[in-house]
Amino acid sequence: MGLIFDLSQPGRRAGVQVPAQPAEPPEIPERFLRSAAPRLLEVSELDAVRHYTRLSQRNYAVDTQFYPLGSCTMKYNPKVCHALATLPAFLELHPEGMEWGGQGTLACLFELQEWLQTITGMTAVSLVPAAGAQGEFAGVAMIRAYHRARGDTARSEMLVPDAAHGTNPASAAMGGFRVQQIPTDRDGNLDLEALGAAVGPQTAGLMLTNPSTLGVFEKHIETIAAIVHAAGGLMYYDGANLNAILGLVRPADMGFDVIHLNLHKTFATPHGGGGPGAGPVGVREPLLPFLPLPRVVREGSRYRWLTEADCPDSIGRLLAFGGNIGVLLRAYVYLRLLGKEGLARVARYATLNANYLQKCLIEAGFTAAFPQRRAVHEFALTLKRLRKERQITALDVAKRLLDHGFYAPTVDFPQLIPECLLIEPTETESKETLDRFVEAMSAILREAESDPATVRTAPHSLAVGRLDEVGAARRLDVAYRRESEAAVPEPAAFPGNQ
Amino acid sequence: MPFIPHTEDETRAMLAALGVATLDDLFDEIPADLRGGEFPLPPGSTEMEVAREMRRLAGNNRPLVCFAGGGAYEHHIPAAVWQIAVRGEYMSAYTPYQAEASQGTLQVLYEYQSMLASLCALEVSNASLYDGASALAEALLMAVRVHRARAKRVLLPRTVAPGYRRVVRTLLAPQEVEILEIPYDETQGRIDPDRLAAYEGQDVAALVLPQPNYFGQLEEVDALTGWAERQGVVTVALVNPIALGLLKPPGEWGTRGADLACGDGQPFGIPLSGGGPYFGFLCCRREHVHQLPGRLVARTVDSAGREGFVLTLQAREQHIRRGKATSNICTNQGLMATAATIHLALLGPEGLRRTALRCHHRTRDLVRRLVAVPGVERVFEGACFHEAVLRLPRPPREVLARLASRSILGGIALGLDYPELAEGLLVCATELRTEAELEAYAQALNEILAEPWA
Repeated sequence: MGLIFDLSQPGRRAGVQVPAQPAEPPEIPERFLRSAAPRLLEVSELDAVRHYTRLSQRNYAVDTQFYPLGSCTMKYNPKVCHALATLPAFLELHPEGMEWGGQGTLACLFELQEWLQTITGMTAVSLVPAAGAQGEFAGVAMIRAYHRARGDTARSEMLVPDAAHGTNPASAAMGGFRVQQIPTDRDGNLDLEALGAAVGPQTAGLMLTNPSTLGVFEKHIETIAAIVHAAGGLMYYDGANLNAILGLVRPADMGFDVIHLNLHKTFATPHGGGGPGAGPVGVREPLLPFLPLPRVVREGSRYRWLTEADCPDSIGRLLAFGGNIGVLLRAYVYLRLLGKEGLARVARYATLNANYLQKCLIEAGFTAAFPQRRAVHEFALTLKRLRKERQITALDVAKRLLDHGFYAPTVDFPQLIPECLLIEPTETESKETLDRFVEAMSAILREAESDPATVRTAPHSLAVGRLDEVGAARRLDVAYRRESEAAVPEPAAFPGNQ
Repeated sequence: MPFIPHTEDETRAMLAALGVATLDDLFDEIPADLRGGEFPLPPGSTEMEVAREMRRLAGNNRPLVCFAGGGAYEHHIPAAVWQIAVRGEYMSAYTPYQAEASQGTLQVLYEYQSMLASLCALEVSNASLYDGASALAEALLMAVRVHRARAKRVLLPRTVAPGYRRVVRTLLAPQEVEILEIPYDETQGRIDPDRLAAYEGQDVAALVLPQPNYFGQLEEVDALTGWAERQGVVTVALVNPIALGLLKPPGEWGTRGADLACGDGQPFGIPLSGGGPYFGFLCCRREHVHQLPGRLVARTVDSAGREGFVLTLQAREQHIRRGKATSNICTNQGLMATAATIHLALLGPEGLRRTALRCHHRTRDLVRRLVAVPGVERVFEGACFHEAVLRLPRPPREVLARLASRSILGGIALGLDYPELAEGLLVCATELRTEAELEAYAQALNEILAEPWA
């Protein structure tokens, strides 16, 4: 399919979108002005509508496909959450007018803070981080502020399991910490001996996902928290996998001091092909003064943002305004629909689906990474045998799944599992869908015997086949203008400043 | 059960296949004492009930005629933008890790990158960051990495939005990058290029140049960029994307152009939404692409030579490089970038230029009407784009409150962030404001200022 730029015709316009030609020139000296129009494109409204509608059809998405992407919790995003979060009264509100015009929005955000506090057992929540990674940064910055406020400046090291999401060490580094990696034992738990040897007066904290990225519950979590706390460190909870224990176990009860949640995972807000998400953070009492701003408070029947004047020890602002409010409103609607009993049902059925799917895939001939363990809301397969015997990688199987009409599981993560597929079905998928997925996986396994080349070169039924990523990085064409300069007609004389 | 499709028979069959009796048996590896937590929350509701409640809450918001900018602007959004952007194929997809099944998102982002790079007259744009403020912070961290001597000092003018400066401080503090704030000229409301001499030889990595600046004033970007070029300082342009329809793009500032350009893309089709979600953009020169944070999409070919798109240079990113990545950013603001791409396609270069010009004229007309009110005057001389600072004869916060009771959001009071501008009010009028609204604002202000004041 061509680029939108290929449709461009000089002088063509989406007429009703373009204001009338102003009668006067700008009251701006020449030296500040453009000398030529930007090389954008000129298309009709129908050109644009057709182009972007047709492009959308080249995506797999939850609305069209099973999307078993491990650690991403690609559950159904209820349409009503979108519909109610985009009521005009919510959309038309300027951030500087919140105090006078935004009482309804602030009320929703206040309630959401309260719900998330209850769900996690934390003392207070700030909704502001725009995504999980920004929540992590806020979390490590609060840990840093906490130690410094106590005069404990020697705590320069953050502990991170080797199985952690890449954002954990990256956030710790952005937060100014040295990263110390802790290995995993054979059962998928954190290696307690290694942890005991690693902690000390330099330890600021431990960042942990539980259930872990390996698809198992960290059994020794209470011992781990005791070790870290005894060394003077804090426990950071990466909420990427909260879906597995939602409404059943509170992170605070596991010994965590600081948490972030991913509303675009557990709380069903859409991922948007790469955001916007929301990564609220929560803390226990001792870290309360450091929470990022703003937060909402209720004073009588009015709501307002807390500012630096209220919270002088805050780590500060992460965004210009109050967070991804549209995303937060969607999560709020979702919680209201689910209610208390709905939360626990999410965890129960997400776990049922994952365990059922793991069992069926083992019976179909696949190897679980931790067959001795109960799966949580997701589980890891290792395809190292397929690699050895048939030279077929986890990536090959993932690509072949696309031909069967399924999006692929997470591939080659966690990195310590060779040829790993991390599979998370979520609670919103039916048994029939899971059974169809097992059939597809079985078919691929059979095909690996009968016709391995077809698996190795998949996908075959999509608009494009396997794409050349190495060549993409080597030739690096990241903008149309640069590579195809010649194809763009010289911009016409620019009337802006006459 | 909301959104859970299992029938009782299916649940029973699945449990039987697993050899357990109840759903709770699946949690037997979790220590029992952790499973006793209380969740004192209300019960669930039907869609009908929640819709009623949300409409009630939305009703507690009050519509205000908007004359505020300060980093968020009310512009016309073509109906087509969000009718397409919210298609489930875009909205319910993940970050495009499996390129072959994500060509829609990937091609949109490639087109987005092309448009933004072109607007800034730089060669590369990433696929979005969280917002303008965090984009500025990321740009400064990047500037320190690309600076020849990796100096850890940056120049941040006070004409940069206060909210942005706060975010820069939060994100740069752990890296121990020192932030030097540059004062502004009190007459012109912009950086005085002659005052930069004081920072020569001071081990400075970067200079931020806002255009237009927070006061709406135009900075002497050519002279300032020229200074940075001579000093070997990385120039970080902070720009309003609508203004780029009219103003000289960062890539053409000075003799070499700015090195990095960033800003908030909200004016391109994103509703105000009380402050978010918006999106940040960041553009750079080709030579610096390996230090760029965030997702980047490249055009390539498949095994049969067909054109396609992939995420590229992922070795910069956290999921590959972990603690050594250029940033921790993972999920960004993809859907907002998608909407902005459709928005720009519909606007085209002429639509963008005319929109920019209309905003400029509307603000000029607003200022003319407001300074006709007794006691109100413009604070700074010189050209502005679509915002201006006025001096009021009464405390601006109180004036704003009284205007709000007449359903007008009259601007932003500057006193909290600029004590020397305690009487200052930042106003803005976009292309959406009508003559009648400008008149209504002037009349309301006139009446309010004539009211008795304690």
